Amino acid sequence: MDIQQTILSGVNRITQSMQSPMRLRDLIRQIRAARTAADERAVVQKECAYIRSTFREDDSLWRCRNVAKLLYIHMLGYPAHFGQLECLKLIASPRFTDKRIGYLGAMLLLDERQDVHLLVTNSLKNDLNSPTQFVVGLALCTLASICSPEMSRDLAGEVERILKTSSNPYVKKKAALAAFRIIRRVPELMEMFIPATRSLLSEKNHGILITAIVLVHEMCERSPDTLSYFRKSVPQLVRILKNLILSGYSPEHDVCGVSDPFLQVKILRLLRLLGRNDVECSEAMNDILAQVATNTETAKNVGNAILYEAVLTIMDIKSESGLRVLGVNILGRFLLNTDKNIRYVALTTLYRTVQADYQAVQRHKNTIVDCLKDPDVSIRRRALDLCFALINSQNIEFMTRELLVFLATAEPEFAQSCSCNLFLAAEAYAPTKRWHVETMIKALTLAGNHVNDDIVGSLIQLLSACQENSLYAFAVRRLWWEMSRIDPPSEVSAYQPLCQVACWTIGEFGDLLLQSAENMELGEGLKDFQPVKESDVIGFFEQWLLFNTQLNVATRSYALLSMEKLSVRFSQESTNRIKCAIDSLSSSVHIELQQRASEFAALFSRHDTLRPALLERMPPMEVKTLIKAQPPQAQEGLVGNHKQVEITTANLNNNGDGVGVDNLLDLLVGGDDVIDMPPRATQVPQAATDNKIISNSNNNTGDALFDLLGDLAGIDSLSTPVPPSSAPVAFLGDSLIISDDTQNPKNSISALVNSATPKSSTAPMQTIPAMDVDGLHITMDYPQKVPVGQQVTFVVHMKNVGGVSISDVLFQVAVPKSFQLEMLPPSGNTLQPNLGRIEQIVKVSPPASQTKLRMRLRLSYTKGEEKTVQQGEVNAFPGLW
Amino acid sequence: MQFMLLFSRQGKLRLQKWYTAHPDKTKKKITRELVTTILTRKPKMCSFLEWRDLKVVYKRYASLYFCCAIEQTDNELLTLEIIHRYVELLDKYFGSVCELDIIFNFEKAYFILDELLLGGEVQETSKKTVLKAIAAQDLLQEDEQVEQGIQD
Repeated sequence: MDIQQTILSGVNRITQSMQSPMRLRDLIRQIRAARTAADERAVVQKECAYIRSTFREDDSLWRCRNVAKLLYIHMLGYPAHFGQLECLKLIASPRFTDKRIGYLGAMLLLDERQDVHLLVTNSLKNDLNSPTQFVVGLALCTLASICSPEMSRDLAGEVERILKTSSNPYVKKKAALAAFRIIRRVPELMEMFIPATRSLLSEKNHGILITAIVLVHEMCERSPDTLSYFRKSVPQLVRILKNLILSGYSPEHDVCGVSDPFLQVKILRLLRLLGRNDVECSEAMNDILAQVATNTETAKNVGNAILYEAVLTIMDIKSESGLRVLGVNILGRFLLNTDKNIRYVALTTLYRTVQADYQAVQRHKNTIVDCLKDPDVSIRRRALDLCFALINSQNIEFMTRELLVFLATAEPEFAQSCSCNLFLAAEAYAPTKRWHVETMIKALTLAGNHVNDDIVGSLIQLLSACQENSLYAFAVRRLWWEMSRIDPPSEVSAYQPLCQVACWTIGEFGDLLLQSAENMELGEGLKDFQPVKESDVIGFFEQWLLFNTQLNVATRSYALLSMEKLSVRFSQESTNRIKCAIDSLSSSVHIELQQRASEFAALFSRHDTLRPALLERMPPMEVKTLIKAQPPQAQEGLVGNHKQVEITTANLNNNGDGVGVDNLLDLLVGGDDVIDMPPRATQVPQAATDNKIISNSNNNTGDALFDLLGDLAGIDSLSTPVPPSSAPVAFLGDSLIISDDTQNPKNSISALVNSATPKSSTAPMQTIPAMDVDGLHITMDYPQKVPVGQQVTFVVHMKNVGGVSISDVLFQVAVPKSFQLEMLPPSGNTLQPNLGRIEQIVKVSPPASQTKLRMRLRLSYTKGEEKTVQQGEVNAFPGLW
Repeated sequence: MQFMLLFSRQGKLRLQKWYTAHPDKTKKKITRELVTTILTRKPKMCSFLEWRDLKVVYKRYASLYFCCAIEQTDNELLTLEIIHRYVELLDKYFGSVCELDIIFNFEKAYFILDELLLGGEVQETSKKTVLKAIAAQDLLQEDEQVEQGIQD
């Protein structure tokens, strides 16, 4: 019995292994028959397990079929990388079927990152020398699709050989495109292909011609020398194009009555590159371009594709003016075409040619504006870009009116760019100040919260700088009207930029708001403007702004400041009401509001005599335009230039000095950054890491942020090692400290210390030094192990190692914009002498993509009588993420 | 051209051809996002889409969407012609092609595409030449199968 069973099981095993695996179409059928995703997964997993086992057994008979199945499974989104090596084995097989599937698999499963490339390179090299044209073709196709730089270098010679010696068009055209991909990957390899390429242009075969032209285009784009070399070929190209147009019907290359549009378009594109900035070449192609532009059939998409390319060429080269007019007219016709695709192309092209032929494009203004109403987002986006490109001082009022209509219904993604561009355009072309102010207020109202932060600042600045009482009065009414009319008023949180500007303006010019509205033109829609009562304004502030937790803190701070200012503009009765409101806000849960409210409350009590003087109108600000984007300056600091980093401060920049206006405005500065500094470790020998701390005592809060840049510029220019000096000695781990306590940061660097890190080796926390200046020792603790992508909690320890008490300590952190920062309130704001401590928790969440965390630190405090601000940076967090 | 995708009205991927290297994860993400964006567009809208920094050209043929991502300087209208040419080739090869042909013979669809485009550029503008090359290669395969007596 035993023997019999053994024999039976043995036979079973043999028949099983001889059984052919499931066929590809059976697998596809099974997968398609699966009713649920789970069923499908089960089928796929079973088959994958089977395929894996055959791969392990190295079963070469069915390898091809199994890889094909795997490719299908891969397309469904399942992992299939375990088939990579099998593809290579197939490629190495002598059978064509194997090679065909193997190369297909290689193209799908490998990309240029894979390290199996060396193996592919060898197989490719063999196959490029194969006597069978189709094997060579497969190899060239694969090379073009997955070539890495190394592969390109190894195989460029083979490709060049085929290009030069082969007489087979099938192989030649593929070699030309393989060369094109190789040059794209490794531009240095271009040189070797030039001679072979030139001769390709005299071939008759369209496949060779089109690929050769693509190759030439790539070469000319990469090198000016090659460009001028191929300028000699312009007559030849013109001849090819002419033959295409004039030769009669050729069934092989005809598309809807147009002779080889693919080739025509590529020639036109190459002519564009060759004729750009070259009068002689441009002249040589003038006639043929005119012919293409007039003779091409426009009933079908093919014809329009050629015309489109021809117009681009006409506009880009030094063509005759008559030809350019013809070009713009073609685009004008495109714009009226019923086919959306053609209209889209017209808008794109007009946008590209608007610089060259401004007036000609202007003629189509109305049609373009109409496209803003198109239901198709692609067309709207193009039309919007073009509209802004067309705005000038003559049409600004018309265009703005249309754009405001567009803004009223625009999606958020458009609202932001549209409002931003409207502000820029208005700044450049506003006919009058009043129009400018009015338009900006309208845009602000329509765009809601989809407004860049800097716009609020620049609008306030614009208002402040206009210095006309009638305009102030107009603006304050208009803003009040827009804000108070938000319906329902609880929606104010959707209009925060408007509220911010309105608050500021009402705060400054509240007295003008109350004056009778007679003989004042308020503009459209404001005719029924009702006289405003003090109680209305205060009521609105109390009900919707000051205590509205849906508003962000910045908006509420604007409202608070505004109220404080109104206390000297409104009557005594109202002032009492304001005082009550501010008092109740001084217990706000938001520490910055609380602090500010407390300070304002103090103005009512202890320093009541100073209040009127302190709360006078601000002096008019100096206008800085958004267009010029000058670096913001200390006192006004309104124009934040929006780079990629935002200063995220949990606290308003409050230094306890009660000068609220400047502080509030400081908040707006926000945008500047120095995150992209190159490490300067090489210039300072002792520096071991790129942790840099630059501190700078400076009494001017606003300045400090920007002085940081100046400091670094100063350090840059130092080439000699800096001698350590006696000034504040810091005990810091491998960090470079440059401390500077004079007013001129550019010239003096007083301390440079490099010592060992006091690392606690057993604790799970890592400690790094953050700042060490002026007797203040600040370190940060963070967990040694944080999972990638997880929020990390820093504990900031501030320690006073000096003998003088330090008060009003305010520690601020900025991180790159992609990170999220949360700062919890500190344990106190006073550091007693001799090891007084403050702790503060800072939480940072990283973005999805792996980005290095950097921090910019700012510390302000009062030591003795002197207020000081220190700055620092931490650029390395060892072991984090 | 950066890549070409074929997907069904249900959003199922039927063919993908990448001419630039991306990790698998990125490819999946791009595919998913593009498929959803395109499927939500209405039939009357234009065939072009600006998506991230890519220009996407798509066209629907029966139940299949053909979608190409092209460079900023490429001709959108001509890309539509390339898509159309590919559809014509499939049609000729399979004889009035339908989605099922492409599902069950996806490798053939790839082979045809590889004879039309190479490295993302058109390599052959003659339909006849492309079909002849495919037929010759199929014949080569058949000969081998007869030789080895394997039915696949």
